[in-house]
Amino acid sequence: MTLLKEPDFGTPARPGAATIELTVDGVAVQVPPGTSVMRAAKEAGVDVPKLCATDNLEAFGSCRLCVVEIDGVRGTPASCTTPVAAGMVVRTQNERLGKLRRGVMELYISDHPLDCLTCSANGDCELQDMAGVTGLREVRYGSGVDAGANHLDLPTDSSNPYFDFEASKCIACSRCVRACDEVQGTFALTIEGRGFDSKVAAGAGGSFLDSDCVSCGACVQACPTATLQEKSVVELGMPTRTVLTTCAYCGVGCSFKAELRGDELVRMVPYKNGGANEGHSCVKGRFAFGYASHPDRVLEPMVRDSISDPWRTVSWPEAISFTARRLREIQAAHGQGSIGAITSSRTTNEEVYAVQKMVRAVFGNNNVDTCARVCHSPTGYGLKQTFGESAGTQDFRSVDESDVILVIGSNPTDAHPVFGSRMKQRLRQGAKLIVIDPRRIDLVRTPHVEAAYHLELRPGTNVAIVNALAHVVVTEGLVDREFVASRCEDFEAWETFIAQPEHSPEAVADICGVPADRIRAAARLYATGGNAAIYYGLGVTEHSQGSTMVMGMANLAMATGNIGRPGVGVNPMRGQNNVQGSCDMGSFPHELPGYRHVSDDNVREIYEQLWGTPILNEPGLRIPNMFDAAIDGSFKALFVQGEDIAQSDPNTQHVFAALGALELLVVQDLFVNETAKFAHVLLPGTSFLEKDGTFTNAERRINRVRPIMAPRTGKQEWEIVCELAQAMGYPMQYESSAQIMDEIALTTPTFTGVSFARLDELGSIQWPCDVEHPEGTPIMHSDEFTRGKGRFMETVYVPTSERSTRKYPLILTTGRILSQYNVGAQTRRTANVAWHAEDVLELHPHDAEVRGVTDGDLVALSSRVGRTELRAKISDRMPVGVCYTTFHHPVSGANVVTTDNSDWATNCPEYKVTAVQVDLVPASVPALETVVAGGK
Amino acid sequence: MSGGMPPYVRLANEIAAQFAHRPAADAATAIANHLRATWDPRMKRALIEYAQSGAQDLAPAAAQATHHLQSRP
Repeated sequence: MTLLKEPDFGTPARPGAATIELTVDGVAVQVPPGTSVMRAAKEAGVDVPKLCATDNLEAFGSCRLCVVEIDGVRGTPASCTTPVAAGMVVRTQNERLGKLRRGVMELYISDHPLDCLTCSANGDCELQDMAGVTGLREVRYGSGVDAGANHLDLPTDSSNPYFDFEASKCIACSRCVRACDEVQGTFALTIEGRGFDSKVAAGAGGSFLDSDCVSCGACVQACPTATLQEKSVVELGMPTRTVLTTCAYCGVGCSFKAELRGDELVRMVPYKNGGANEGHSCVKGRFAFGYASHPDRVLEPMVRDSISDPWRTVSWPEAISFTARRLREIQAAHGQGSIGAITSSRTTNEEVYAVQKMVRAVFGNNNVDTCARVCHSPTGYGLKQTFGESAGTQDFRSVDESDVILVIGSNPTDAHPVFGSRMKQRLRQGAKLIVIDPRRIDLVRTPHVEAAYHLELRPGTNVAIVNALAHVVVTEGLVDREFVASRCEDFEAWETFIAQPEHSPEAVADICGVPADRIRAAARLYATGGNAAIYYGLGVTEHSQGSTMVMGMANLAMATGNIGRPGVGVNPMRGQNNVQGSCDMGSFPHELPGYRHVSDDNVREIYEQLWGTPILNEPGLRIPNMFDAAIDGSFKALFVQGEDIAQSDPNTQHVFAALGALELLVVQDLFVNETAKFAHVLLPGTSFLEKDGTFTNAERRINRVRPIMAPRTGKQEWEIVCELAQAMGYPMQYESSAQIMDEIALTTPTFTGVSFARLDELGSIQWPCDVEHPEGTPIMHSDEFTRGKGRFMETVYVPTSERSTRKYPLILTTGRILSQYNVGAQTRRTANVAWHAEDVLELHPHDAEVRGVTDGDLVALSSRVGRTELRAKISDRMPVGVCYTTFHHPVSGANVVTTDNSDWATNCPEYKVTAVQVDLVPASVPALETVVAGGK
Repeated sequence: MSGGMPPYVRLANEIAAQFAHRPAADAATAIANHLRATWDPRMKRALIEYAQSGAQDLAPAAAQATHHLQSRP
């Protein structure tokens, strides 16, 4: 249920032209074949009473409220399950139907608590609405305890941190069960018992918290009564107003209705018209917003001369003046290039744009980088080289038309759960799945989904296996010659390269640890199975050959003609909400907004004229280069916008040394994070509930982020940046974030048609948005590639230097879990810790047994750069010799052990391959301990 | 530093390894182009100086690339 209701057509739309004409209550209407009578009626402006029907679920036909009369049809069929037919004449209202509906309602009400006035759903209850709509005036069987046998004493399940299941109010309509099945694809709920004993049960009848429920909220949203209700609504009351905005968690970028009571946020409800999520959500976006009002929030600026001093709370003018003075002093002493900034994928496009402008126009250098450096920078490099644009090729909707889905190094059901659910819907419809991943991720085998092939490769061998897939395509005659000839270049040289025997599955089988016949079978399926789409994540990019692998996947897609139409493509699953946008906005030290190189005189001239200052024509420092330069003494000051580099970046020892060497570290964040421990200035940031701007998701969709409250700090983050620029002597000023977007559109070809007004009009826009594509571009490279011809690139496999040894015999790979987000700064400050209170180390039973480790034991995890401790989780989804952990908690600090190995082209860290040893920690050691060489 | 090697040398060697399959002259050109496109000037200067010092742990192709950088930074 939701406060502000989008139109509900009762049953899903059907594809195709509206060729069937019928009449409903005298109104003629045309709809596509297969449409239900209920939906046709709604199209005609007629609401048919309903309880078990809603338009994101297939018709179920259980409540019998939606009965209608149809000329020539006997009885009173349910309009939800009855498809339209040409010439059909339907009546939805007459005395007979009214009597039937009141009879149904009488039965419902006779077994329902009559506490409407004090019920949490009062005013937002479909049962209540239907009682009114049907004109129910009496219940002949009595009601409540007077009505005989009933369910009114069923206990309430409050085990879930975010919602209650008040079983006594359940009308057994199955909407929650069907939402869990059809929308989320988890199948955690069921109807237990038969007849009068039917009741909703989580799993085998235990509590919601103990079940497989992933707390996506689909059941709560689907519930027509107060049975499944947000605890926040129970506690705070029904919201009174709604603001449409965008989730601040992963790169799916779900649209939400922020529902408020006054200025207090009561709940976040996924928006049905949201282009990315179409009404679905996950546990983070739906429920985990409490961090925004957490008492740990820093709301006033703080400064200190030394990191050994206590923080001193100061006014905004003092903080700005202090920071500006110190930055200019450092530049005067150490040179123009001695300072720089890091932008964040957790901030808006407008905030990122302001920071990169400050660096280029005020700092006078190109020392700006973004946290995408440590996640998807190889995507930018690889797709630019091959396709000509640093972005994914498809919209999310495209997967609905995929016949083969190749998932490489991505775990969508955990890291991108709303898209993961959409992908599972398509797989349940029959699309084939290939998973390439060392771990048996949930997607490999989940209810009604099973991968055709799971290539369980050794970490670090991605390029070898993608080359082998391409080798099969080339040598078995599976190339789409027509596509290649008309759309691509450099194919012949690549064909010769990839056809060499060293790339054959038989040659790489021992390298990858995957049998050759399975590689061949997977390649054949990808090349011949119809529309084939690649979805990939950080399991591709965070390697020493991350960029090479991106190019290898692009080669594969081009060779098979799987580019430029729905259902195909090469699609990066972005980790954070605005990874795409932060990259688009010129955050890389070699590129101005729109991925245009700083050496391009024509591009620089655009900004030099507008900004009235020269721009350097050589790249600046990347994040790892900044760390190295800080340690060698040429880089002295850093402005970090909304990113916790001390926890998220690899080789913590190295990062600590770099941060400790800075003369000035400025952190702009919600909290005193791990990085802030090295900072001299803390500028409090704004949560997404306070921001006014835009995020750009993984499908290039620009979504509005609308504030539901004024900044709790008193300033938008871009205002702070402008004030800092002004204090440093540069007249940087905007009236609003909309004005910043106007400047972005003015200077960036792919954004020329974007404005806040246009976004409000269209809902969202997928760039490129220009004169040729005034409403955006859901699918790229349709007629030609951005660079003209798609370019095949030779992708030589070069093994990583990080190898398992006798001392470090296991390979560690790191990743994310559903309930937590990135470094956990937000989700650790919510009830999501109920599912993941600490990072654990997953390892194979064999690796555990030989070390004497049992489930839950405290183990030491050591690499050549550091050592940490965490609990063991024995899991047969790990292959022998590989272990896995997440990096959501600073206490265990997974990056204490990761190394400074990086992608050769972009320096994206090789988080996915670290040689480690695991040892049982004696039981006498009481607490978790993290040890970094040189300190703790 | 990693193993006593300056980071820019390690990075240059990693880039050179990706082009090791190419003829030496092509590899040097490709490496130099990559460094021009993505490296901060101080890193390029440091690499050039390192190559000029005669250090043995810089990959030959990377060392050759520094000659290109000297003629056109």
